[in-house]
Amino acid sequence: MQIDPWIVALSLVTVIVTIGMGFWTAKHSKSASDFFVAGRSVSVGWNASAISGEYLSAASFMGIAGMVMKVGYDALWYPVCYACGYLFLLLFIAGPLRRFGAYTIPDFAEGRFDSPMFRKIAVIFVLFIGFFYTMPQMKGAGTTLAYIFPGLPYWAGVVVVGVIITFNVALGGMKGITLIQAFQCWMKMFAISAPIFVVMAFYGTYGQNLSINLPANAAKPLPAHVERVKLPEKAPADKKWVSPFGSLTTKAAAAAGLSPAEQKPYSLLYTYSLIIALVCGTAGLPHILVRFYTNPDGMAAKRTTMWVMILIGVFYVFPPMFGVIGRNLLPELYSAVGAKGTDKIVLELPLLLNHKVPGLGSILSGLTCAGAFAAFMSTFSGLLVSMTGALAHDVYGRMLRPQSTSHQRLIAFKVSAVLIGVVAVVLGMQVEPLEINFMVGQAFAIAAASYFPLLFMSVWWRGMTIKGAATGMLTGGTLALLGITLTSVCDIVLITSQKNGTPNPLQFVQDFWLAHPGIRILCEQPAIWTVPLALTLMIVISKLTRKEIPADVRMKMLVLHAPEQLGLKQEYIQEQQAPAH
Amino acid sequence: MSSPHEDIHSEEFLHKMMRRQLRLSIWCGVTFCIALLGMPLLNYFLPEVMATEVWGFSLTWLILGVLFFPFVWIISLVFIRRSIAMEKKVGDDYAN
Repeated sequence: MQIDPWIVALSLVTVIVTIGMGFWTAKHSKSASDFFVAGRSVSVGWNASAISGEYLSAASFMGIAGMVMKVGYDALWYPVCYACGYLFLLLFIAGPLRRFGAYTIPDFAEGRFDSPMFRKIAVIFVLFIGFFYTMPQMKGAGTTLAYIFPGLPYWAGVVVVGVIITFNVALGGMKGITLIQAFQCWMKMFAISAPIFVVMAFYGTYGQNLSINLPANAAKPLPAHVERVKLPEKAPADKKWVSPFGSLTTKAAAAAGLSPAEQKPYSLLYTYSLIIALVCGTAGLPHILVRFYTNPDGMAAKRTTMWVMILIGVFYVFPPMFGVIGRNLLPELYSAVGAKGTDKIVLELPLLLNHKVPGLGSILSGLTCAGAFAAFMSTFSGLLVSMTGALAHDVYGRMLRPQSTSHQRLIAFKVSAVLIGVVAVVLGMQVEPLEINFMVGQAFAIAAASYFPLLFMSVWWRGMTIKGAATGMLTGGTLALLGITLTSVCDIVLITSQKNGTPNPLQFVQDFWLAHPGIRILCEQPAIWTVPLALTLMIVISKLTRKEIPADVRMKMLVLHAPEQLGLKQEYIQEQQAPAH
Repeated sequence: MSSPHEDIHSEEFLHKMMRRQLRLSIWCGVTFCIALLGMPLLNYFLPEVMATEVWGFSLTWLILGVLFFPFVWIISLVFIRRSIAMEKKVGDDYAN
């Protein structure tokens, strides 16, 4: 495949505009408050666009389509729960969290329980969740650049994008990326919707393309405009692909040799655990939560959440369309792995239009490439700000150098951004064999078992103590992290050993999972037991240590819940407060 | 009875306000959870019904992939409206 000038040009424009906006906003980002919470002055419309821009990551733009194409119906849980998880955030967390007025989630953890120690625990999870979420963005970067420049190694794309974003964040901080993310949100909306409408005009509608996969229509002639290329051996059969309890949720049980009827209960277990991870995880993602502090008040935070749900809900209708039509038109992607597999369907599908109208496919493929750039760049920016905030504000400004000046903390922010950026690039280079969407789901599972229980209980239960909160969050989060890391490492080792034809050093673990598919599911999707475990531990330990409930808990609850009109809102961190809290 | 200014710091005020807010949140949350968690059960126990073809989609695909989003928007809209009205009323009652 040759380098397509349209694709290169449109992608390049996205990168240049992003960098240009970074420079422009850097001039307006002066104070520490600008860098950490954009001066707490972002309006509902801007913030909803920026949050959506940050949230619609490589997983949303590329991964969902790739996963729908690969596994079918089972993958639909991802877009639905990615969007609907915001409802939990709206109902239980968004408003109170903003009223508390911190800069970061570790700030909240420390302030709610008057414990600097708890800040340290919270920081660890900001970094863990952030790095897990960063890896799929890097995979998106490597995949996209390998598509644009055929022959370019995967790692080169990871390095190029990593350097650009790190530079941008170090320049402008939170205030800088708010404008960029808002712009990128609308760009992604256009880039995911416009090309698929044109594709459908030539190759049939979403429903028509899906209908030919329904078993009942197998013998019927194809609807008008719809085309279908013969599926390769690696592609799942129509019935398995279009029905619930397909190859994603039955993978462990099918590998264990169970019959289809025996697989179904395992599939149900997987589905529920996935739902809990995605819904609760959305309400516990530090890089998303931190954006709510940029709202002027709690009510604005709630309104922002509702608009985010509408924006991302509209967006998430489109990626499955690429997966469905891609299955019919580009099934050869089933046979490829890594950066060449189904994860690139969003980029490649529009290119088919060149057969209908020369040049049109290149322009639209360039548009989806530009959207992909916007996707992983905006999410990586947000993650970098969140993790950098944890290092510069929580570790440096609060733990190591509490007497540091605002200027010193600004320098620390820039140095931390570079440090985190380097680690993210190195990690991103290791995950080419894993699916983008799957990796993001795992970051959600860790957030669901750590931050979600902490925030939910801290906001709504006065009886929570520092020991209860810390025990629940540490145990739930760590067990989720261990289970997920174990399955991911085993999968990478298995794929690598199969590719190289060498023995698998972790074969004994694979053998154990073949004998116990339920345990494999509980490790791969741990939310169904880690979230209740974290909540239970929080309640039990808090009851046992009830004497340690913070003395001013009533005031804290008033700040969290009282309407702003009553004047009880506080800013936990105040810019004027010198030099640190 | 204490003055409204003192009331907002009282245990009774906090308890009443949190209970109202939580009741609204739980009501909306339960509606959402019944729909979301009910889908896998419907797929499990009524596979033929959920496989019915509607406009080219299977019923379960149409609900999950398209119709679920507006359903959640409606819940969030109801929540926002009631939440704003409730907090405004509390604010008006106690601020003056």
